[in-house]
Amino acid sequence: MTNDTIIRVRGLARVYEMGSETVHALRGVDLDIGRNEYVAIMGPSGSGKSTMMNLIGCLDTPTAGEYWLNGTEVSRMTDDALADVRNREIGFVFQTFNLLPRASALHNVELPLIYAGLKTADRRARAEAALRRVGLAERMHHKPNELSGGQRQRVAIARALVNDPSILLADEPTGNLDSVTSEEIMAVFAELHGQGQTVVMVTHEPDIAEHAGRVVTLRDGLIHSDTLQEAA
Amino acid sequence: MSFGDAIRIALGVVWSQKMKSIFSAVGVFVGVTFLIAVVSIIEGMNHYMTDKFAGALLGVNTFQLSRRPNFQVGNVSDSTWHAWARRPRITYDDARAVVSGIHVPIMWAWESQTSSDIQYRGKTAARVRVLGVTDQYFALKGWNFAMGRPFTAQENETGQPVVVMGYDLAQKIFGKQDPINRTIQIRGLPYRIIGVIESQGNIFGMSLDNFVAAPALSPVKRFVNRPHVLDALLVKGTSITDMQAAMDQAEAVMRTRRHLRPTQADNFTLETASGVLDFWSKINQILIIALPGLVSISLVVGGIVIMNIMLMAVAERTREIGIRKALGARRRDILRQFLVESATLATVGASLGVGTGLGVAWIVTSTTFLPARVAPWSIVVGVVLGAGVGITAGLYPASRASRLDPIAAMRHE
Repeated sequence: MTNDTIIRVRGLARVYEMGSETVHALRGVDLDIGRNEYVAIMGPSGSGKSTMMNLIGCLDTPTAGEYWLNGTEVSRMTDDALADVRNREIGFVFQTFNLLPRASALHNVELPLIYAGLKTADRRARAEAALRRVGLAERMHHKPNELSGGQRQRVAIARALVNDPSILLADEPTGNLDSVTSEEIMAVFAELHGQGQTVVMVTHEPDIAEHAGRVVTLRDGLIHSDTLQEAA
Repeated sequence: MSFGDAIRIALGVVWSQKMKSIFSAVGVFVGVTFLIAVVSIIEGMNHYMTDKFAGALLGVNTFQLSRRPNFQVGNVSDSTWHAWARRPRITYDDARAVVSGIHVPIMWAWESQTSSDIQYRGKTAARVRVLGVTDQYFALKGWNFAMGRPFTAQENETGQPVVVMGYDLAQKIFGKQDPINRTIQIRGLPYRIIGVIESQGNIFGMSLDNFVAAPALSPVKRFVNRPHVLDALLVKGTSITDMQAAMDQAEAVMRTRRHLRPTQADNFTLETASGVLDFWSKINQILIIALPGLVSISLVVGGIVIMNIMLMAVAERTREIGIRKALGARRRDILRQFLVESATLATVGASLGVGTGLGVAWIVTSTTFLPARVAPWSIVVGVVLGAGVGITAGLYPASRASRLDPIAAMRHE
């Protein structure tokens, strides 16, 4: 494994017990993602892409297989250790934004830093910088319901970036946005990628996946195709 | 997450849901209010009993010899009552013998009393305490004269119809007029006023000033008691040791006079202020034992309310918990957040309870005769108890929150 491999997955499997039924969401996936790659993970519903996203995001642990994130094996970690990994290594951007409704944009962006144990002044400075980076310097003190969908997703992106994560992990980031705003958000992703950020994006929309440099398609819990492409 | 952050978040939540917070903290609030108010009143009573009641009624370093206990309250069996009623009365001769049998420096006074109307020029003051006392009575009681003077030993011995009265009574009868040397009628007997005692205030709403005190051997002796009998001989020593010695000597004299064999119990009573205080401390103990029960009932109810509110909060904020976990909150961060929140809720309730309890104590003091005194320890106990209830009630909801699976929690609507 080279230093430039951020994600290294071998034989990754995830089995869910749903009552008496056993669901094989992932059946043994091998995948490497390098530093500063921009990868879209695609697939129809039921293909295992959500499970893949949860495992890559350290929100879940695999039933079998190995997952090395930035040189550390995370597949067998405890809940609290995973929480630390999520905090340091992963910046999440969700379809539904997942902002705290009662908190200002600034406080939402500060959240990961609170759990990282930063002091108030440092938190404030870094959160402000992150919001400026996504063009929301003027709206820091607004609450999510005072922001448009695109602005909310920018807040979420700022929150994802504030801890300088190894990967920006986006789950259907444009799923709740109109096409114009979607393009704006994709432009932000492209810009971040251009600045050296590794981006992994789960989506089922081909025109969104077009923005990535590499498209991994899952089907029935296995990798169906893995193609490099010219980013749009 | 630091503790300060946890408190800041908790206060934010409590503040953003003011009404809900108030209702959820109401149990703790009531419990602590009750605690503070009751403890303040007990403390006030304590102070009152020790400083004022015992002092005013019996006096420091003072004992009294009487036929039966005056301040015995509580469970006295019928047979005891009957035994007391059969006891011989204390006679003038008993009192004289006791006084001459005491060989430490003392002040002493006789006391007999009844209640009677008194008249002045057609005006009547009803139910006045009429005392038949000896000359040292006022000094022994530590009463100061607002006007005039006490009567002398000679005036007592010769049974002069002179009288000393309480301040309120003098005000009531004479208003702004000078009462000295005016003559009042006590049961038709003319008495010349020679002194007025400074106001003594009241005890449990009863004025201590509604009295007239005449020489024990003056004509009042005909109705304040049976012939040659007195209610009590008061003896004051110069120190507690002297008083103890005097009491022993008095007991010896009385036992000899009553021909009591060593196996027989006293058939008279020697009482001190500390005896009265013993009685008070019994009441006090009962209150102190009952108090935690009463307070804990409301705190338990308060705790259950808070636990329910916190369970609701966890359910309502499942998604928030999921988000926080996804962003790196560990179990203990979530646990702490909810524990601090319920503790904050309860502490806010407890603090309001402290404020209200102090208010109640103040209102009681200013509107009733019951004195209240705030005990600083009760404030500390109130707040600590409140916070403790909050933490205890928060444990289960917080631990549930901390164990939520972030994926499922974020999917929760």
